[in-house]
Amino acid sequence: MSAVDTVRNRLDALPDVGLVVAFIASIWAVMLVLAIAVGGANWANLAAGFIGSVTVLIGGYAILALALNLQWGYTGLFNIGIAGFMAVGAYTTAVLTAPTDPAAGAVPGLGLPLWVGLIGGMAMAAIIGGLAALPALRLKADYLAIVTVAFSEIIRLIVNWDGLAEVSLLGVPIGTGGATGISFKSANQVASTFINGVGQPLVAAMEGVGVSGPNLANLTYGILLLLVVAASYWVLARITNSPFGRVLKAIREDETVTQSLGKDTRLFKIKTFMIGCALMGLAGVLFRGQAGYISPQQFRPTITFYVFAALIIGGSGSNTGSIIGAATFSGLLFYLPARLGENVSLGGTRAPGNIIDAVAGLGSLDPLPLLAYTISNVSTLRFVLIGVVLIYIIQNQPDGLLGHRNEPATSVSLDRPQSGSGGEADE
Amino acid sequence: MGIAEFASDGRVVMGDRPGAVVVAAVSGFLLLDLVAKLAGTTVFFLGTKLLGGSLTVGSLLSMVVDGLLVGLAVGLAGIGLSMTYSILDFANFAHGDTVTAGAFLGWVAAYITAGLGTGAPISELFMLNSGRQLSTVSTFFPVLLGLVVAGVGSVAVVLLVDRLTYRPMRNTDNISLLIASIGVALALRYLIAFIFGTQTSGVASGGLRVTLFSMISVTDNEITLLVVSVLLMLGVHLLLQRTKLGKAMRAMADNEDLARVTGIPTERVIRLTWILGGGLAGIGGYLLVLESGTISFNFGWILLLLIFAAVIVGGIGSIYGAMAGGILIGLVDSLALIWLPSGLTRASAFLVLIVVLLLRPSGIFGGVSTA
Repeated sequence: MSAVDTVRNRLDALPDVGLVVAFIASIWAVMLVLAIAVGGANWANLAAGFIGSVTVLIGGYAILALALNLQWGYTGLFNIGIAGFMAVGAYTTAVLTAPTDPAAGAVPGLGLPLWVGLIGGMAMAAIIGGLAALPALRLKADYLAIVTVAFSEIIRLIVNWDGLAEVSLLGVPIGTGGATGISFKSANQVASTFINGVGQPLVAAMEGVGVSGPNLANLTYGILLLLVVAASYWVLARITNSPFGRVLKAIREDETVTQSLGKDTRLFKIKTFMIGCALMGLAGVLFRGQAGYISPQQFRPTITFYVFAALIIGGSGSNTGSIIGAATFSGLLFYLPARLGENVSLGGTRAPGNIIDAVAGLGSLDPLPLLAYTISNVSTLRFVLIGVVLIYIIQNQPDGLLGHRNEPATSVSLDRPQSGSGGEADE
Repeated sequence: MGIAEFASDGRVVMGDRPGAVVVAAVSGFLLLDLVAKLAGTTVFFLGTKLLGGSLTVGSLLSMVVDGLLVGLAVGLAGIGLSMTYSILDFANFAHGDTVTAGAFLGWVAAYITAGLGTGAPISELFMLNSGRQLSTVSTFFPVLLGLVVAGVGSVAVVLLVDRLTYRPMRNTDNISLLIASIGVALALRYLIAFIFGTQTSGVASGGLRVTLFSMISVTDNEITLLVVSVLLMLGVHLLLQRTKLGKAMRAMADNEDLARVTGIPTERVIRLTWILGGGLAGIGGYLLVLESGTISFNFGWILLLLIFAAVIVGGIGSIYGAMAGGILIGLVDSLALIWLPSGLTRASAFLVLIVVLLLRPSGIFGGVSTA
């Protein structure tokens, strides 16, 4: 039995909620250990900072992976335009909620409350997703992939265009801010107000052990994001366990059969695409725009591929797997190596400025410069690690951690029970 | 043919293919607008500017030359993408980073050769930041050596990647291969960033400027790009037409099992596909850097979508389609500036990609498989 199978069996033994909670708790524990190891007297504040950041990352990627899982894992729609739909949601929210009287040099918006902006952002992402899906769904999976990634780049180039940076719509000045980006009502601010209002005693108690206010607010925001993840999970579980969800799984297994059973598969696919895109739009605001600022740089196609990595690690087809995958990706592969690189020092060996100087040390049998160079560039190397993990998983464990749970399209198992050496017993 | 017949034909076309009619109408309008702009007239309709403006023939020609040069390099890089798509049946998202890898290997070789003996420290030369600008005329042999190293180096890279990644999964579905190629792209790109850093380095600038027909001004580096890519495309054409390799590739693209039964050594054909496609990708990247002058760790990744556009517009799987599609996409990318603000020209190339995929998924030259 391989190591992955052992892990998988242990994971299977837990109920789903317990599984997710245990998984995230163990990532928190890793962060806590790291903070204690490197933080010295300041460890509590450092731990709150680490755990807060990692929780926000897990929350953001979990929403995105859940949305992608609905599209790809359940329905087989290979959408690699995630960044574009995130941008649509985030920019719509930004334009709706940016103050009407902004600071000098910033772009004005409509000044609406945040919740209106969030609903508007999700609605717009769903509409644009539907428009994109309408003609694209008759394409083969890999063509759909190329169309969606091109579409997401077009969206990014349009919001980046300075012609839309500040325009007047029916006399109201609005805009995207072009390449400089746009400031709007920050979702993080809500968490901060909440913790400093209701949670004032907690803030005071935490400050007693050295945890700063902003770090605590960030952690609160991360936990709020996890609540959004829980809500999304609940909605998606409802959808995928309904008759609607059964049709989606049937489309994934064999679209022609589903069609011949009288289902309008195109309509189902478009609806699924819209729901997924709405969630991606929400993640665009809550994750990329958490601090109340977005710019086109944040919506490059690379983020799409990170979400894919997260979902593949977790196993596409399983909602619980999506969350576990997002936690593994963002906590262990994305965040942890960068913090390790920042905080590990090699007893005074300074990192060389380039690889030649680093390798030159090897000539005199001194591996320390190369090691120091590697550690100082670990934030680059972690992407190599992510790429290698992706290749390893797709070669050896294409189901990821939980993808074997991939729910079948039927409500009862159609696998025939194997009877001995084949044939009936009375033959 | 009577007028009535012609009209009914037209109605059939309009009814059957509304998308094509829209595309034809839009391109007709743009062409009319271009003529009006060149003539320097402006047509007003109901008080709003309908078409026209001003554009000199000289600036139009320089845009055409720019588009043609970028398009040739993109087409060269696209050949490999098109071949892996038809023979291995997957969209290779790591192809852009193969372009980067080849370009870096070639430029490091060229830069070190050119810098030897000038007293510049080797680490500066290796990191491509001694400030020296190479050109075909002033440093001919280093540039030529770099070209060869770019081709050979990228072949080595793709063969290694194929051995480690794609070969163990020959019989898996095309989406798994696509995902594996995304992993390869990430690993390759950040390995390059780890070695060469994430800065943009200026490595080349034209050493000589020639004016042709007293209108078009090109540098020696641009001429090199033109000559080398045309020669290589011609070479690929001869290779595929005159040798059995081309026939074997066509057979494999058509039906791999049948090809194997017929005695075609499929694994060897796959290796040759990687060698040919990878080498051309590396050289394409090297030439693009020669033309644009700057190199950075993610330029191939950014270029990838443009290469995809070229390959799909030309008809995926067709090598001549990749060449023609590259030139077309290069021209669209450059000429869009006539009608669109500079921030949106790249979007127009992607729009062409989407429109072609939706209206004519087999590409403009349609349906011709490999060569």
